[in-house]
Amino acid sequence: MMYRSDTRTPITPQLALRVAMLGAAALVLFGLIFFRLWYLQVLSGDVYLAEANDNRIREIKVHAPRGKILDRNGEVLVDNRTGLAVQIEPNRLPRGREDRADLYRRLGPLLRMRPERIYREIREQTEELSYTAVTLRQDVSYERVYYLQEHADEFPGVKVERVFLRRYPKGTRAAHLLGYVGEISGEQLEERENADREQGDIIGQSGIEFVYDRFLRGRNGASRIQVDANGRPKGELSEREAVPGENLRLTLDNAVQRAGEEALSRRGLPGGFVAINPKNGEVLGLGSYPTFEPKVFTQPLNQRQVDELFRQGEESPISNRAIQGLYPAGSSWKPVTAVASLEGGLIGPDSIINDPGSLDVGGISVSNAGGGAYGAISVRRALQVSSNVFFAKLGQMANSAGDGMLVQKWAHALGIGRPSGLDLPHEEPGRVPSPGWRNQLFEQGETDRPWTVGDNINLAIGQGDLLTNPLHLAVGYATIANRGRVPTPRLGLRVEEAGGRPLQEIRAEERRVPMNGQNAAAIMEGLRLASMEGGTGAGVFGGFPVQVAGKTGTAEVQGKGDQSWFVAVAPYEDPEIVIALTIERGGFGSEAAAPAAREVLEAYFNIRPQDIEESPDQGPGGPAPID
Amino acid sequence: MISKPQPRPFADEAALARTPSPLAFDWLLAIAMLGLIGASIAMMATTTVGDVEGSPHYYTVRQAAYGAGGLVLMLLLARIDYSRFRELRFGLYAVMLACITAVLLLGATTRGSQRWIELPFFTFQPSELGKVLLIVALAAFVIERSWRASELQRTARLLLVGALPAALVLLQPDLGTALVYVVITVTVLFVSGVKWTHFAALGGVSAAVAALALVAAPAVGQPVLTDYQADRLTAFVNPSDDPRGEGYQINQSLVAIGSGQKVGRGDEATQSRLDFLPERHTDFIFAAVGERYGFVGAALILSLYALLIWRGLRILTLSKNFYGSLIASGIVAMLMFQVFVNVGMNVGLAPITGIPLPLLSYGGTSMLVTCMAIGLLQSIYIQARLVQKSRDPLF
Repeated sequence: MMYRSDTRTPITPQLALRVAMLGAAALVLFGLIFFRLWYLQVLSGDVYLAEANDNRIREIKVHAPRGKILDRNGEVLVDNRTGLAVQIEPNRLPRGREDRADLYRRLGPLLRMRPERIYREIREQTEELSYTAVTLRQDVSYERVYYLQEHADEFPGVKVERVFLRRYPKGTRAAHLLGYVGEISGEQLEERENADREQGDIIGQSGIEFVYDRFLRGRNGASRIQVDANGRPKGELSEREAVPGENLRLTLDNAVQRAGEEALSRRGLPGGFVAINPKNGEVLGLGSYPTFEPKVFTQPLNQRQVDELFRQGEESPISNRAIQGLYPAGSSWKPVTAVASLEGGLIGPDSIINDPGSLDVGGISVSNAGGGAYGAISVRRALQVSSNVFFAKLGQMANSAGDGMLVQKWAHALGIGRPSGLDLPHEEPGRVPSPGWRNQLFEQGETDRPWTVGDNINLAIGQGDLLTNPLHLAVGYATIANRGRVPTPRLGLRVEEAGGRPLQEIRAEERRVPMNGQNAAAIMEGLRLASMEGGTGAGVFGGFPVQVAGKTGTAEVQGKGDQSWFVAVAPYEDPEIVIALTIERGGFGSEAAAPAAREVLEAYFNIRPQDIEESPDQGPGGPAPID
Repeated sequence: MISKPQPRPFADEAALARTPSPLAFDWLLAIAMLGLIGASIAMMATTTVGDVEGSPHYYTVRQAAYGAGGLVLMLLLARIDYSRFRELRFGLYAVMLACITAVLLLGATTRGSQRWIELPFFTFQPSELGKVLLIVALAAFVIERSWRASELQRTARLLLVGALPAALVLLQPDLGTALVYVVITVTVLFVSGVKWTHFAALGGVSAAVAALALVAAPAVGQPVLTDYQADRLTAFVNPSDDPRGEGYQINQSLVAIGSGQKVGRGDEATQSRLDFLPERHTDFIFAAVGERYGFVGAALILSLYALLIWRGLRILTLSKNFYGSLIASGIVAMLMFQVFVNVGMNVGLAPITGIPLPLLSYGGTSMLVTCMAIGLLQSIYIQARLVQKSRDPLF
């Protein structure tokens, strides 16, 4: 019955049941698929639509060009050039460990990086900020980038971005104060002033770039593009233009800066200098030697570069000796002692103190450099010849006057040993030793003796435990030249539009200390005499067409050669510039630092060699005092 | 609708068989088929433009040509009395085996499997044609009278008839199509009235074989499925586990369908336009429809398939003879299985098996063979009308 053909097949109950089951199965399966479609498209459609858009839309950051940094005359110290950076998007890398290793192997030769280095960079950078693009190399050549873009599907997770790189047209000029830029760190992202920043943004990380970042940074734009499954761009959807950063004009004078840097590098010894305008605190020059190429920071540093920049000890090129140096000031300190003694009433401008050539107090012996004795002298003459005995006596007197803190208090009033307010990070305040400081150390067992009068005598002549730097001495001298007005040194002059239109002047607060004009005048006269016949700076500044008031300094440094100093104010009648310059192991101030400082002054006053009168090698009063 | 046929006492069956009315079709079935072919051509026109360089309408033109060819084949088969194929059962079966074997010997290898034979005009996929040949031959073997054997033996032999080509296809390897052969065989046997106990036994044996293949054999270091097959079969369970690997296709398919929402994204259909959706004109064309035309479009396509299957089941019950019913059951099984596995794969309910969506997926052989199958259904319908059996349709 069952297996007959060509006869009518009656629909047997069995066939009917089985066909019905077939139909029921179809019904159930169709129902299942309908419900699934309903769920996917109607109930979860938004989620999938968002995912589809996430698939296809890439937001490409358009970096804003950073503002330029100019010197006070508009000379470009830092500007930008464009470069192509190769980056890795970690979440788009192949999943398989082997696939990734293979990708790094193929990418390595293109970027001139070892695959292990690529792996390490990605691991280290994603540890801090996961899911952000990892920059492997900036400044990749166009040919290599074209290759990468043409073979985009062979390099999943690799993308190329146009970036602005800092360019330093003057090489090492002002390297120590410009600072460098770098990708924002996770910690920095959380800071309030970086609220408008995003991962991967470039911000100033040190120096001027850091301090004035909010003006220089500009605002990044964004370009939303559509990409296909292989990451190839398929048209732009929208764009927000980048707003370039504003230019920053510095108070720095390129000519002064160059002269200072060259003066130091010609001598080949570590040192630093600061030149400021005493009237307003504008920093005309600030430099340190040894120096470095700021452009090294536009690429990830290799170990050799790190070792070179941060090498141990005092040879490190990265440290800015002008504001971070810790040096005894030697005789360059004497005007500070003079101010304290005059203002503290220990002496008057015309008081006479006998200089017999040496002084033995409290177990220490002080004698004049060169062994001379200057007899009965006033503060002017004492400064001119740099009498150690005269100032040692003042130190001795100050130690027993009042609380014994006269010199220390006046140092502080002159801005020494405290933050100057300079717009650069990492300024070292140095150390002005005091009885309280040493006695506390002694109580803690960290030193072998308490404060004695000898310590104050050493301080009075800029020796002993005193540690300071050119910036602070420059501010101190400027205050004396200003008759008590303490300038706040600053590097920022104004913020300008790209076209040069001023947007905002940068101002700094001023401080005042009460200072008797006659006292200050007496000290200035002494400093002026020091640069004239019979003074310590006469050999250097004799015949100099601008009247210079300055003081040499030769400080003994334990275990090293003498620290050479020169601090000067010029012109004497109406000071426009204060220069403080120091050279480690330079020897006598008059032999190393003073000639170097003169080069800076020549640059500032635009003095050519023929303008300088031939001066007699020696004054009629015998050999000039040295210090 | 179909008017209830009235008995005609003087009708000469044979004479009528020779002259069927030119319009005596199951028009609903024809409409479902034409609708799907039209949708396929429309999808080719909208989603594959520019895929082939220098020939923007490459897929559209070809699919339209396959559709036209399929239509001709359907019309031809509809005019022939399918009952004649019964005598050709051995020949058809032999041709099928020969084709499938040939592809193993001279087929082109694509992505690790040999499924196609390159012909001058298109690549011919014998395993597709084999489906219809198997249905026609197997149905004939089922109603074979000469077999003198117990029912169990008969069931076993018939199973073997289906298992042989399935095994050959599996060697290509093409797991999906092999499963279609198995489903066809089981369904034809099911409709033919094989005892429940035999199916129970069959189920038991299959479970044991599956356990052996999937668990025991790999455990002793003799895997039956390649890693690639195993990955594809399991990826759909949790596609986001490995969104870059096997789960990628399923994920992209889900995103495409889901993002279509109610009425679709039209020309904004970025998943299919920007290559995120793989195989968007073949295996994942349903996802492309879902993205472009939304729930409305996808539901319309599904409704056309539902119509197709309903008409198939109806024709099964109308058939003038049991041979026709069995052929219809095989065809319904084939279409149902392919639709559910393919759409299921697109919506994340079934594993990736590479089974094309009948009439919608791009592909010459699949199109022609599906049209032939529908031609057979039309033939069964026409023959049933001609003998004027007045019988209430079950569906």
